[in-house]
Amino acid sequence: MMATIPLAMLQENCEAVIVEVRGGMGLTRRLAEIGFTNGTRVKVLHSAPPGPMLVMVRGSRIALGRGIAMKIMVNPVEGV
Amino acid sequence: MEKIRVALIGNPNVGKSQVFNNLTGGRAHVGNWPGKTVEKKEGVCVHKSVEMQIIDLPGTYSLTARSIDELVARDFIVEEKPDVVIDVVDASNLERNLYLTFQLLELEANVIIALNKQDVAKSLGYEIDAKELSKLLGVPVIPTIATEKIGMEELKDAVIEAAKVKEKRREHIISYGKPYDEIILKIASILQKDKELSNKYPAKWLAIKILESDEEVLKLVSKSPVYEEVKLQLSEAKKILEEDVETVLAEKRYSIISEVILPKVFKGTRQLTLTDLLDNALLSKHLGIPIFLALWWALFRFTFDVSAPFQDLTDMLFSKLGEIANTYISDPQLASFVADGIFGGLGTVLTFLFPIFFLFLGLALLEDSGYLARAAFVMDRIMYKLGLHGRSFIPMLIGFGCNVPAVMATRTIDREEDRILTILVNPLMSCSARLPIYLLIASAVLGPYAAAGVYSMYILGIALAILMALLFRRTIPYFKGKPSPLILELPLYAVPTMKSTLVHMWERGSLFLKKAGTIIFLGVVVIWFLSSYPWEAVHQGDTVVLENSYIAMLGRFLEPIFRPLGFNWMATVALFFGFIAKEVVVGTFATFFGLEKSSEDLPTALRSSGTFTPLTGLAFMAFSLIYIPCVATIGVIYRETGSWKWTIFTVVYELTLAYVVALIIVTFGRLIGFT
Repeated sequence: MMATIPLAMLQENCEAVIVEVRGGMGLTRRLAEIGFTNGTRVKVLHSAPPGPMLVMVRGSRIALGRGIAMKIMVNPVEGV
Repeated sequence: MEKIRVALIGNPNVGKSQVFNNLTGGRAHVGNWPGKTVEKKEGVCVHKSVEMQIIDLPGTYSLTARSIDELVARDFIVEEKPDVVIDVVDASNLERNLYLTFQLLELEANVIIALNKQDVAKSLGYEIDAKELSKLLGVPVIPTIATEKIGMEELKDAVIEAAKVKEKRREHIISYGKPYDEIILKIASILQKDKELSNKYPAKWLAIKILESDEEVLKLVSKSPVYEEVKLQLSEAKKILEEDVETVLAEKRYSIISEVILPKVFKGTRQLTLTDLLDNALLSKHLGIPIFLALWWALFRFTFDVSAPFQDLTDMLFSKLGEIANTYISDPQLASFVADGIFGGLGTVLTFLFPIFFLFLGLALLEDSGYLARAAFVMDRIMYKLGLHGRSFIPMLIGFGCNVPAVMATRTIDREEDRILTILVNPLMSCSARLPIYLLIASAVLGPYAAAGVYSMYILGIALAILMALLFRRTIPYFKGKPSPLILELPLYAVPTMKSTLVHMWERGSLFLKKAGTIIFLGVVVIWFLSSYPWEAVHQGDTVVLENSYIAMLGRFLEPIFRPLGFNWMATVALFFGFIAKEVVVGTFATFFGLEKSSEDLPTALRSSGTFTPLTGLAFMAFSLIYIPCVATIGVIYRETGSWKWTIFTVVYELTLAYVVALIIVTFGRLIGFT
């Protein structure tokens, strides 16, 4: 098991499982509504720091500003 | 004829407006929700002698009280109780889409699911068992392909069937597990004692929303006689529940979807799609921005090249009509009113129309194909640094064409503060109407530096927009803080259909036609009046002596204000006319120098009149760029912000900024030896 890291640190084409969203209440809820809930598997489709990243979550492609991606803590899934 | 009311709801990008167009034949009544700046679209569909009034609710992911769109949609369903709610669900994105469906079921709405984009789902290799889904959710599920009008008759049949079922048959399958279900039932049973409340709203839904600390629902319940009892129960519950119930419940909803429903109805694995391949290029670090700039340039050229001949044609048509009016109407005042006022005014309005419609056409193509969301992605980083939102970029670009559709395009920015800031700086993007002014003045007085002078105006506009955005963000408390971060769904790419693209274009274009058209037209008539009266003094024999008109009086009255900038009364009046539409500045000079009677062309006439030196000419160009947005833009700023305060603020800051910049140019220029 790799250590928990912010989603923003995840490389392109890597997958991870969300363990925590560290944001204000409003942000956490908004992310939860579109599918970023704890235990959800996400895949990074595009990432070009310091720009936004594109993430596949629950079958949809969601663009996230890097600031937000720093607040989503994930456990990388190995061997993908 | 029996009448029923049908609400249409769904996530963004699910093809909801195509379903709406199919049902209503594209004939929509567009207005605003009472007291809100959110657009409301209604249409009528007659099927089997039942008249369905179709109400298009805003596209939304959820039904919380946090955004106006969501609140509007929710209030409509709760308060107005439509007979049927059609939930348009994207079959290629079932998991996320069912989240909204769950919220509709919680609301105990009479839901029908239109399982749309069957073709896309199939092309991705997905198989969805609609019958099983219907059984699990307890609502009808109709497979549709809205782009090809497939499944529409079945959908209409289902609506009529569902409308007949009056009693609520929703004992829905959503279970939040322990201890939530129990607490929800407890609170609901307390609420049920308040008959007035529980007859109007589903008690279980109220209970869920109370647990989620929904502001609107808490406000509602606080007026109920059972409020104290609810509060007591709530504080009991809070002892054993997690802190952020709303997020926990969102998780529960998703886990039911992904663990209970999807395994039974969904087959297929995700494959590499065309979207992935296109995104590899269009979003790439190195190619993303160049591709975007190239596409935008193509759109820009398309808009103005295609519309130019139409504009000339309209111009010709209306000046012909004007001539005819002058020939056949014997009363000179009436003739002048019809020729210069009506036809002149209408001509001005209609020449505006073509670039706007073509721009909207190109934009609808880019948007419907799924590209526009990518542009926001690509530009997000730069815009964020400038204190603007990633989505602000599109309106800024449209501003180079015309600020009216640009201000309208800010609607895609969800947070009000970010949206208003984008609107405030938008008029600084040099629209196409300002180009003729630069061309005239530059070729008249700037000599070999004419082209550089024209380009510098565009750069000045961009620089000032950036500067102002940063300044407002820092100094006005309302804008304090960082722009809200980007959270944006990028839809799958799709080939836009002709009809929906045209409908899309027309929806936006007709708004301009109605709203701004009336304002410009009225304005032009006022200008006609001010420049034609007092009639006897202005019309001496065959010659028109503008110097005697009210507008000239106004010009001389205002002249002292502009004297520090080196503008004479004619320049002042031209700027005054330009408030109607900035092209009119050029038209004003043309009128002054009696273009028809003079053998010189306009730049030459302007140069020999000595109105401008190179320095004051440049200052005049800068002033034209910055000062006061045209009437149409002011109108649309008011419409979109819904606030006189921001509208007046824009006018005042731009006038001040224009004056300051022009003064700096003149003063600094004189210091280094220009005159």
